[in-house]
Parts: sequence; structure tokens; C-alpha cells
Amino acid sequence: MINDSVLVVIAASAISYGTPLLFAALGELLAERSGVLNLGVEGMMLMGAVTGFWAVQTVGGPGWVSLITAVVVAALAGAGTSLIHAFLTITLRASQIVSGLALTIFAGASGLSSYIGHVANLGGKPARHEFDALNVLGLRDAPVIGPILFHQNALTYVSWTLVALTLFYLYRTRPGLHLRAVGESPGTADAMGVNVTAYRYIHVMIGGALAGIGGAFFSLAITPSWLDGMTSGAGWIAIALVIFAFWRPELALVGAYLFGAFSSLAFTLQARQVHLPPEVFASLPYLMTIVVLVLVSTGWARRRLGAPAALGVPYVREER
Amino acid sequence: MIRIERRLTEARWLVVAVPLGSLLGAAILSSIILFLTGHDPLATWARLLDRGFFASGAMSATLVTATPLLLTGLAAAAAFRMQTWNIGAEGQLYLGAIGASGIGIALRGQPALVIIPAMVIAGLATGAAWAAIPGVLRAYTRTNEIITSLMLNYVAGLLMTYLIFDSHSFWRDLSSFTARVFPQGKYLSEAASWPSFPIGGAVIPLGLLLGVVAAAVLWLVYTATRFGFEARVIGDSRAAAHYAGIRTRRKIVAVMALSGALAGLGGASEIGDFRHVLDPRGLQQASFGYAGIVVAALARLNPFAVIVVAILLGGLSNAGFSLQGATFPAGLVGTLQGLILFCALAGELLVHYRVRIGRPGRKAPPLSQVGVA
Repeated sequence: MINDSVLVVIAASAISYGTPLLFAALGELLAERSGVLNLGVEGMMLMGAVTGFWAVQTVGGPGWVSLITAVVVAALAGAGTSLIHAFLTITLRASQIVSGLALTIFAGASGLSSYIGHVANLGGKPARHEFDALNVLGLRDAPVIGPILFHQNALTYVSWTLVALTLFYLYRTRPGLHLRAVGESPGTADAMGVNVTAYRYIHVMIGGALAGIGGAFFSLAITPSWLDGMTSGAGWIAIALVIFAFWRPELALVGAYLFGAFSSLAFTLQARQVHLPPEVFASLPYLMTIVVLVLVSTGWARRRLGAPAALGVPYVREER
Repeated sequence: MIRIERRLTEARWLVVAVPLGSLLGAAILSSIILFLTGHDPLATWARLLDRGFFASGAMSATLVTATPLLLTGLAAAAAFRMQTWNIGAEGQLYLGAIGASGIGIALRGQPALVIIPAMVIAGLATGAAWAAIPGVLRAYTRTNEIITSLMLNYVAGLLMTYLIFDSHSFWRDLSSFTARVFPQGKYLSEAASWPSFPIGGAVIPLGLLLGVVAAAVLWLVYTATRFGFEARVIGDSRAAAHYAGIRTRRKIVAVMALSGALAGLGGASEIGDFRHVLDPRGLQQASFGYAGIVVAALARLNPFAVIVVAILLGGLSNAGFSLQGATFPAGLVGTLQGLILFCALAGELLVHYRVRIGRPGRKAPPLSQVGVA
């Protein structure tokens, strides 16, 4: 049957593997649009992964209650972690690069997320509940599009809604306009009466929340269990994705699935007895990140880049 | 009302007070985390300090852990001073380990005087080559070096795993049946073990001495050479450097290679001083490269301060690894390192700004008093 062909399987799992990247990239995109670069995505994702998994193991009730609670907990954990970055960079004007790295070291593999996982003894157990693929409109078995579009889990459909919402927010609402102003020229936005500090805090924390959900996708959907450092670099790929996407949500969607495909290739091709060392497939997403990043950094693409002008620059009203 | 004002001169005393305060702040914050998770903070700290510094043999073990931290700390300091963000010390250290162990295996049977210098050079060269990749991409295609250098860490880790676990490579031991079933690297010959020097109660590994020499060289490069001067100008203002006719592209590649060479030397010393075999799992668990960033930031990028900080953090890491178990959860060391960095970052504010608590609108002092006029 055509739905078992390699391409369909890869496309379907590309969407699954791309979903956490999409969540994290959308979050980072919003934070960067406000002018704050947060290199702590990997750490925030791992916090989401561990706290989400903890919640699903401890919160009772029917599966869906437990799962929704887990997603909320993961989002709160991500947002809480990002608050440290927001305070250091926005209020204390610390270097955004060093602070973001500190966040990843603090929260990431062999950091706080690992500490929580070990203290709560979460390792080596299957999740009590997980996000299963849905059979949307009963179209799961439709040729080609069935497995790709109608046989994903709930969070994937949430992420599609989020892309639409983010697009609407950025380009069709007044707060979205203000957000873009804050990222492009905070001095001007301030003069317009926009609260630059509040906009930056809020969007860094939304970014943290989305990264947390992205992390929980790993521990509740991709491999429903907890492992130290289980996102293995997805947070960094998400940061790169924002650059490939020229800071545009709709392109982040395309990029996330492209990279989802690279991640899924490893598993799909191995399952089909393609004999290449597993490390070749495993290194594919990392190498492709470099290749694509080089491509979008060349002159042609750079002219079209949409990097917010004030990205990475602390806003000091007195020094305007 | 809290106001933050820029200081016109760096406060001298704060340069020492801030790192010390950061350690203290991190100790307090981590104690809160320990307390909240049902561990006794004082007892935990007592065990950490005892196992890191005071127990018999602890100092020697700490110096072994401090050696790669010193070198990756210098690697980060060298690059960050020019505002070039080499986050790839982790991978460059792996490559240094691959290079040094490879040459050590190839020169089996040679005397120590041949093997050890060859391992040092191999570590420096492979680390530099790996770091040159993001350097060249940054310089010639303006590709963000943070992400490229970081992605290469994962690739380097996979490369090590491939060499030992998934191939019949030159590095892998295939001499016996058990070695074929349970993959491991070839052990280096006795002559490839780097010498160590007992001083007082502690044993100082050769790598640490090389690291101290490297710190002095790095300090000289940055304070007394044209290369270092130009690198500092680029760090302070890339535009100014460009107008002054400094060849920024070459400098970026050179500084990245220098940074990678230092991290690669850290990898070589891991092989020569400590492991004597290419051990992918052990090296990846240690994550010395990322810890080097913490070391460099806490030392405020000063090479000599890096030595002191590396020994301090080396003690904590060493104690953390050796105590790891049911009563002492993993992850505390990374948490502590992150907290130290946060405190150091917050403290940096005090070096550059003055925090005034009081009513706004106080009259500014005349310029002659603050030393501008």
C-alpha cells in the first residue's frame, strides 16, 4: 500500500519530529521579535521534558486530564526558567549571549533538569499516558495525505493553530505591531508609549512556555519516558530555525518539518535495513543545520533577512 | 525607587568581590534547591568540600579534573575576549582526544620523549582544525559561529562513538574476543602516560603545567602583541577595527583556531594524564567544554584568574562526580555552575553600573568631581 512507502512514512514522521522544533522555534521567534535573543532554549526544553513527565506520572484522573496538566506544567516550567534570562538581560542588562548559555548549562543536561529527574526518580520508566496519534475525521487511512495530515497527535494540531495565531498576532493586531516596534527600535516604541520592558518580559516568557511544551513533546510523545538530555540539541536547532525562517512564523513551520525529516530519516532508514553507520544519520540534522545556516547567511539571503534591528541590544532608556 | 547609573570607571575592588560574591550567591541559591528537594544543604556542602579539597588524595583528583577545565576555560576566554563566541570547546576537546590518542597508538614502541610531544602537537592541531570550521564560516560567510560551533559538538561526539562502537577503526581494540563484543578503545603504551609531579600533598599532572604556561602565553598575546591588540579592538568594536584597516576575517579564523587548539590540548591531556584510551562515554559525560564557559566568565576572561577558578570548579566537579549516587543526585554540578554564572552576570552589573536607592532627580555631581573634565 502506498501509505507504507518510504516517502510517506518519512513525511508523516517528519511532522511528528518537527513539532517540538516548531513549538520551540515559534517561542524563540516571539522572544527575538521583542529584541531578546535567548540561547537557553535547550535548557528550557529539558525543563519542560522533565516536569511534564513528572506531572504525567503523578497527576491522577483520566489520561487526558493528566496529559493536559503535564503540558501546562511544562509550559510553566519553561516560562519560569526563561524568567531568569528575562531578569538578567532586561532588568540587569547582562549579555544576552552569556545569560542564555548560562540558562542552558543551569537547566540542561547534567543541570537542574537532570537533578529533578534523578531526585524524583523518573528515569527508566514508561509514561503512564502519552499523546497518541489521532484519527482525525476518520481519514487516517486516506492515501498519502492520511498518515501525513490526519494521523498526528493533538499537540501537532495545536502547533498548527499556534502558527496561524502568531501570524495573526504579529501582522494583524496592535500588540503585534508594538512587539515588532520594540524589536526594531525600542527607543521609538518607548516614545510611542509602549512599555518596552513589559513587552520583552512577556515575550521571553511566552518563548519559554512554548519551549517547555516542545520539550514535553519529547517525553510525552516521541519517546514517552524521561532520559537525561533527551532533546539532544533540538533547542539549538530551533534557534537556527528562527534564522532560516527569516523570523517569519510560516517559514518556521516549513523549516521545522524539513529538520523533522532529517531526524526521522535516521530511524526510518535504519528500520528498512539501510546499512550505514547510525552515526551518519544521527549527525544529519546537525550537519544540515550548518549547511542551511551557511546558505541563508550568503549575500542574497542576507538582504532579505528579517532580523529585528535591536536583537541582542539591551534597552537603556537613559542612554537612548 | 531604584535607579541604575553607568559608572564612569570600573570599580577596582568589585573585580575581585564580584566573583567571590558569585560563588557565595550560588552556594546560597543551590542550598535553597537542596533544601526544597529534601536534602540537608550543610551536610551536602560539607561532603562536597571535603571530597573536593580536603580528604586525602582529593586535591590530586581535583587537579586532574581542573586540567581540562583550565584549558577549555582558556579556550573560551581567548575567543570571548574578541566577542567571538566559540561554544565548541566541547567538540574541540573530543577532537584533541581523538588526535592525541591516534598519534599515541601510532607511535607505540617509541620513547616518551617522542610520543608525548607528538600527542601535545596532535591535540593542539586537531582541536584548532575543528574550531577553524566555524571560524572560516563566520569570517567568510558571516554564519553565526555560536550555532555552527555548537552543532559540531554533537558531530564530534558522534564521531568518537563511531570510532569506538560502530566501526573497526584504528582507535578500537579488536585484539581479543571480549574486546570485539564489548567495544573499547586501544590502550596507549606506558611511555605515552604523561608524567606528573608531586608537590606538597598533591600530584600535579603535566597537562596542568602546560595549561599554566598556556595561560601565561595567552596573557602575553593579548597584552603585549599586535595580534592581541587587534583582537581586542575587534572585540570592542568590529566597525572601528574595520576602519582601522585590521584584517578582521583572518583574525577571526586565527582566534578560533587558537581557542580550539587550547581546547584540543585539554583533550590530549585527558588522554595522556588520565584516561590513556579514547573513551567516548566518559568524555561526553564530563562535559568539560561547557564548564569552560563558566570558568572563563567567572574569571572575567583573565587568563590567570582562569587558573584559580578552574581549580575551584574542578574541585566541585570532581566531588560531584565521585559522590554521585542515590543520596547525591546527578545534575547538582551543572545546576551549581549555572547558578554561579547567573550570579557572575548579575554582579557584572555592579562593575559597570551603580545602583542608587533613593529619590530620583538628585542633582548630578559636577563633571570635575567624576574626573571627566
